[in-house]
Amino acid sequence: MPQPRRLVEGNEAVAEGAIAAGARFFAGYPITPSTEIAEVLSRRLPQVGGHFIQMEDEIASIGAVIGASLAGAKALTATSGPGFSLMQESIGYASMAQVPCVIVDVMRGGPSTGLPTLTAQQDMMQARWGSHGDYRIIALVPDSPQECFDLAVEAFNLSETYRVPVFIMTDETVGHMHEKVVIPPADQIQVVERNWHKGPKEEYRPYQFTGKDVAPMVKAGDGYRFHITGLTHDERGYPALTPEQGKKVVTHLIEKIDSNVDKISRVEEDGIDGADVVVISYGITSRIAIRAVQDARKAGLKVGVMRLITVWPFCEQKIRELAGKIKGFVVPEINYGQIVLEVERCSAGKCKVISVNSCGGAVHDPEEILTAIKEAAK
Amino acid sequence: MNDVVRTIDDATFRKQNPMAEFLRMERMPHIWCPGCGIGSVVTSFAEAVKESGLDMDKIAVVSGIGCTGRVAGYVKFDSLHTTHGRAIPVATGLKLANPELKVVVFSGDGDLTSIGGNHFIHAARRNMDLLVICVNNFTYGMTGGQMTPTTPTTANASTTPYGNYEYPFSLPFLADAAGASYVARWTSLNARNITDSIAEALTRKGFSFIEVITPCTTLYQRRNRLGDGLDAMQYYHDDADIEHGADTRNVGIDYQGKIKVGKFVDRQKPTYLEAVNTHYANVIGDDYELYGKTPPEKKAEEDAKKAGIDDLSEADSTTCDSEDDA
Repeated sequence: MPQPRRLVEGNEAVAEGAIAAGARFFAGYPITPSTEIAEVLSRRLPQVGGHFIQMEDEIASIGAVIGASLAGAKALTATSGPGFSLMQESIGYASMAQVPCVIVDVMRGGPSTGLPTLTAQQDMMQARWGSHGDYRIIALVPDSPQECFDLAVEAFNLSETYRVPVFIMTDETVGHMHEKVVIPPADQIQVVERNWHKGPKEEYRPYQFTGKDVAPMVKAGDGYRFHITGLTHDERGYPALTPEQGKKVVTHLIEKIDSNVDKISRVEEDGIDGADVVVISYGITSRIAIRAVQDARKAGLKVGVMRLITVWPFCEQKIRELAGKIKGFVVPEINYGQIVLEVERCSAGKCKVISVNSCGGAVHDPEEILTAIKEAAK
Repeated sequence: MNDVVRTIDDATFRKQNPMAEFLRMERMPHIWCPGCGIGSVVTSFAEAVKESGLDMDKIAVVSGIGCTGRVAGYVKFDSLHTTHGRAIPVATGLKLANPELKVVVFSGDGDLTSIGGNHFIHAARRNMDLLVICVNNFTYGMTGGQMTPTTPTTANASTTPYGNYEYPFSLPFLADAAGASYVARWTSLNARNITDSIAEALTRKGFSFIEVITPCTTLYQRRNRLGDGLDAMQYYHDDADIEHGADTRNVGIDYQGKIKVGKFVDRQKPTYLEAVNTHYANVIGDDYELYGKTPPEKKAEEDAKKAGIDDLSEADSTTCDSEDDA
């Protein structure tokens, strides 16, 4: 059993966080650099009354996770870019059918097989747009093994609250980093249980399309005889193939997240007030950016920091407000420029937006970020 | 088009239909064509459930995409209409997270053995506790009659306009080779046999596979000028021969050739969950909590706890064969 405080690898911390959140089912397929999550859970789940299964591929893994969730289990899978791509169709299904589930993507360099053992943040847009159709998901990005643990708990809580797939977008560096992790006693970890239907059986409806709250759930086997489909459906879960119903369903899938952004979104800020330049980063890149910010501040520049713990839904309002007040944003990320597109969109030309991009494989040199900060401050 | 003339009003039809207990009558009429075999298989399934005496609340039906994929939408059980080819993985997760469920997969030949082929062989390999019913009509009906992995060589399909030149799968052979513990095949003419087979498989453990050869009148029959549903029944009547225990290597189907039907495989071996529990109990020992106890076993354990009995070995012994020797 884990000690309350010890050196833990990021991937192991995700696995322990999932168990702490009440996850008792994992289905997965080996892929570098996420495999340790499966390995840890294959050892740990049988010890805590849960079940681990290695499936034949990632498509089967997410399928089994969805099935397990509908039978009442808190369930997760873990993968990296190529496997994440294979899962996308069923991620759309989970979004449409509103099945709570957690998917960990330990990002590596792409495209294709790319740089399997090297770090990247290239799946940020895949997380947002990877499946077909319009829907919303939640994506959390940890920057340390401790946060891998904490956000794994958070991911399950959000998934259960909003009946939505939640992604933990970690990366090769954080996934394989060993750091001190404090695992609090179970009674000090806030765990959200699924909102089970409590009323009479005949009143049960698997869905409501209010745009705010989600309908309570039931378990397969509890006698509700519910029906779930990926087709556009009505409150009973029955296919309802009309443009009107399509609008109702899609609007709900989007609004249940968008109207709750304030409750979902977590952004860490430092020195924003009075700043000329704000560095926006997430995950491992934010730890590199700190060095650049410190150097810039030493040089007398007024630099603020925003670390996106929640990347999706995006903190649009904050960026819109800041854009009118500062000279520029600097957005370093280990991809060719993905989240910077969101920053550009939200700042709407009111200030400079400088992308410090990378093709993946290594974290930034703080000097590159510093140069961009100086450029933005001009 | 001929309108169906109903002699009873709609409400009475929905209420008094002998299938009302098993079907979501509010969803009728279904989408299947006249002469299609899927409805016959669903009827046999309902009869089999009745025969088996199983608790209907503990049966879940999972299907993928296509005409057969629509079965999940019509049956009054917990029912999941999943994505194309993925019924088996979802059913696997459902079964593992709630082992007291009897999980039944309804799938067409394309859904199950083309896009879902990998899941099919792996579930059979694991001897996962699932009953998989394949409605094999040799074609993709929902998309307009394309070739599937079971379309017999030389048959016409919309994507083989000059005739099919590929070799088809023989599904009982595939299931047998992959490790299924129960394999049967019938045609949709053999309604009683299908019912009996499903009833038998419902009470069995492990991976059970039942293939039902059915006509797709609108596409396969028409495109190959094979007549209507009745002509298909005549073909099954004349050319389907029962041969229980037939070697699955010899049950392939040629275009309009002989169809061997019957129960081909019935072997006992530990299911996936039995293997899990036996193995973990051996290697982890007393700390391992057997996975997937059924409610009566759980209840016995709780009652024992309440009564202050420490030794639970008796309550446990029913859950895992390996402990019988202990």
